[in-house]
Amino acid sequence: MFFTYLRRELAGRRRQTAIVAIGMALAIALVMIVNSVASGVRDAQASVLQSVYGVGTDLTVSQDPTPPEEGEAGAGPGRFEFGADDGTSTDDSTEISQSRLTAGFGSTTFDASALDTVADLDGVEAASAALSLTNMTFSGELPQFAQRTEGEPPAEGDTTQQAPTGGFDGAGGSAFDVNSFSVLGIDPGGAAVGPLSAVELADGRGLEASDAGQAVAVLDASYATSAELAVGDTIDVGGTEFEVVGTVTSTSADAATASNVYIPLGLAQSIAGLDGQVSDLYVQATSSDRIAAVQADIEEALPDATVSTQADLAASVSGSLSTASTLIANLGLWLSVAVLAAAFLIAILFTIQGVTRRTREFGTLKAIGWSNRRVVGQVAGESLVQGLIGGAAGLALGLAGIWVINLVAPTLGGSATTGTLAGGPVAGPGGDGGATASGPFGDRLADAAGSTTEVVLNAPVTISVVAIAIGLAVLGGLLAGAIGGWRAARLRPAEALRSVA
Amino acid sequence: MYTLENVSKTYTQSKRQITALADVSLSIPSGQLVAIQGPTGGGKSTLLQMLGALDRPTSGRISLGEAELSHLPDRKLGGIRAKEIGFVFQGFNLIPTLTAQENVETALAPLGVPAEERRRRALDALASVGLADRAGHVPGELSGGQQQRVAIARALVKEPDVLLADEPTGNLDEETRDEIMDLLEGLWRDRGLTLVVVTHDSAVAKRAERRLHITHGTVTERR
Repeated sequence: MFFTYLRRELAGRRRQTAIVAIGMALAIALVMIVNSVASGVRDAQASVLQSVYGVGTDLTVSQDPTPPEEGEAGAGPGRFEFGADDGTSTDDSTEISQSRLTAGFGSTTFDASALDTVADLDGVEAASAALSLTNMTFSGELPQFAQRTEGEPPAEGDTTQQAPTGGFDGAGGSAFDVNSFSVLGIDPGGAAVGPLSAVELADGRGLEASDAGQAVAVLDASYATSAELAVGDTIDVGGTEFEVVGTVTSTSADAATASNVYIPLGLAQSIAGLDGQVSDLYVQATSSDRIAAVQADIEEALPDATVSTQADLAASVSGSLSTASTLIANLGLWLSVAVLAAAFLIAILFTIQGVTRRTREFGTLKAIGWSNRRVVGQVAGESLVQGLIGGAAGLALGLAGIWVINLVAPTLGGSATTGTLAGGPVAGPGGDGGATASGPFGDRLADAAGSTTEVVLNAPVTISVVAIAIGLAVLGGLLAGAIGGWRAARLRPAEALRSVA
Repeated sequence: MYTLENVSKTYTQSKRQITALADVSLSIPSGQLVAIQGPTGGGKSTLLQMLGALDRPTSGRISLGEAELSHLPDRKLGGIRAKEIGFVFQGFNLIPTLTAQENVETALAPLGVPAEERRRRALDALASVGLADRAGHVPGELSGGQQQRVAIARALVKEPDVLLADEPTGNLDEETRDEIMDLLEGLWRDRGLTLVVVTHDSAVAKRAERRLHITHGTVTERR
């Protein structure tokens, strides 16, 4: 009787069933899409972060840069000094070039003993240190000044001035170029956690424990392409020639790795004049629930350090990815809540209206012996099925919406703002921009902003998304059914019959 | 057998006390056909609701056989209504979305009758009121007289001891009225029912063995 009555009621009151189901379907589809897109944005953020911080890094430790004291020079490459015999001279010009390796823009170095301090803490599974550096190369062409000193100086009263020659324009001019790339000194044997844990070998080999102290380098593949370098070539880092032994790419699609060049930590420290110094620690906790405790312990052990968790790092992701994240978190969430509340309200109001309209019907059923439980069960059952119809339609609509989003596949740009803001390491410039910056400031600004990574938004359909749709449908149906049933249960048969007599 | 002892029922309406039944005492033996007449608002429907265990008196006692209707809990009153009392209403009170057969089956649902037996008994009940060929029709597809026949089948399918009819012919024309009353009278006679009919219609009341008149909540016998 229950199912016959239920089927007849839903079929007989098609308009009400359709309105309730459509309302529920729209709300459920919206919640599904928002949830799925939010999940996609989180994945994209993780992808951006992974390209910078590596896989498995739960915490990073760095130190806020301190502004230079009055009269003290700021962090920078220092002065490029050339002696009289430096450079390669031709007939009428001299070509000069010099590289300097300095601490990365926005990062502060601290004593490497912090690594042991952190590694010894309870709850720390693995830790590694890195030194973030910037290699600045100053190169240019000068006129051959020696020409001016040859022969006698012009005689007094001689008004015929000899025209200048040489230089890049043949008229005594000079041209300079300043290039830079990011360098990360890493422990060559400690790839379990740290920036190289999220890379794939594109060519050659990675850094190995036996490379400690050796002048070997691994290059970001996209940087290597732009700099026209390959395995077997050499690269000048701070005036030392390093042999390129491998190139790496990020495991994330379209993402650059954390730095342009990776070299053994010890050699990086000695070339940069930062012996015993590091700029970042990468820490992996034994389990995710220990992260907060490990963070507190590190902050206690290293009072000057800035300790960032993945959650903190996620906040550092900027660009359109950040905008999407904010949009989902604010507008998407509240829109879903509002539509869901409206759908539930519609379902409840229609159920109450239905019970009111069917007062005589329920009064009659009670008069012929139907118990309250049977009447309430009938009302709740009808609402539940309406909710489930809406849920099924919402599931289909939601899946269609997610399919459309994945078909359009919007691209979001994200950059992990590092250094002073997030306390993380300085990220290398992504792609060609950083490597070919024509001046120090553009490159250093690029460093400060972090690497921009283009990520295609993929909205995943997970079990939780489907469970949310079904759960909301059941919840909406039960809620409407419970309220409608409560109204029906309160009907006294005599009053219900009298009201229509 | 119904026994009413000093039954009173008062309602509060807009802060006014309305006495629907005033100290009513009477008994209705099993198998009797009783007509209750009286002006609108005199207390006819209230008396029928008391007899039908749909409401409790404000004071006094009502019993149906051994059951004390005035003091039983709702759940037990529901059980008595399900098994022993059949109702026929002026407006038929059929469920518009269910077919005639399904409407009749609703009376067997609370008794836990298996589906197959429910269907068979419903069809038998419809056949007994001359509507075997209309079992699959919804109320909207039936005439007023046919709808009232379905309502009578629903009331009788559970084979009750008592049938209470509230203005059963009030919405019908004279010809149909007579048909329905012939049907009710035949069933009453054949099944040995206690039949209580509330009516305005003297033609209907004249068919009863016993006629009661109720005015201002007070019941009097009418010869």
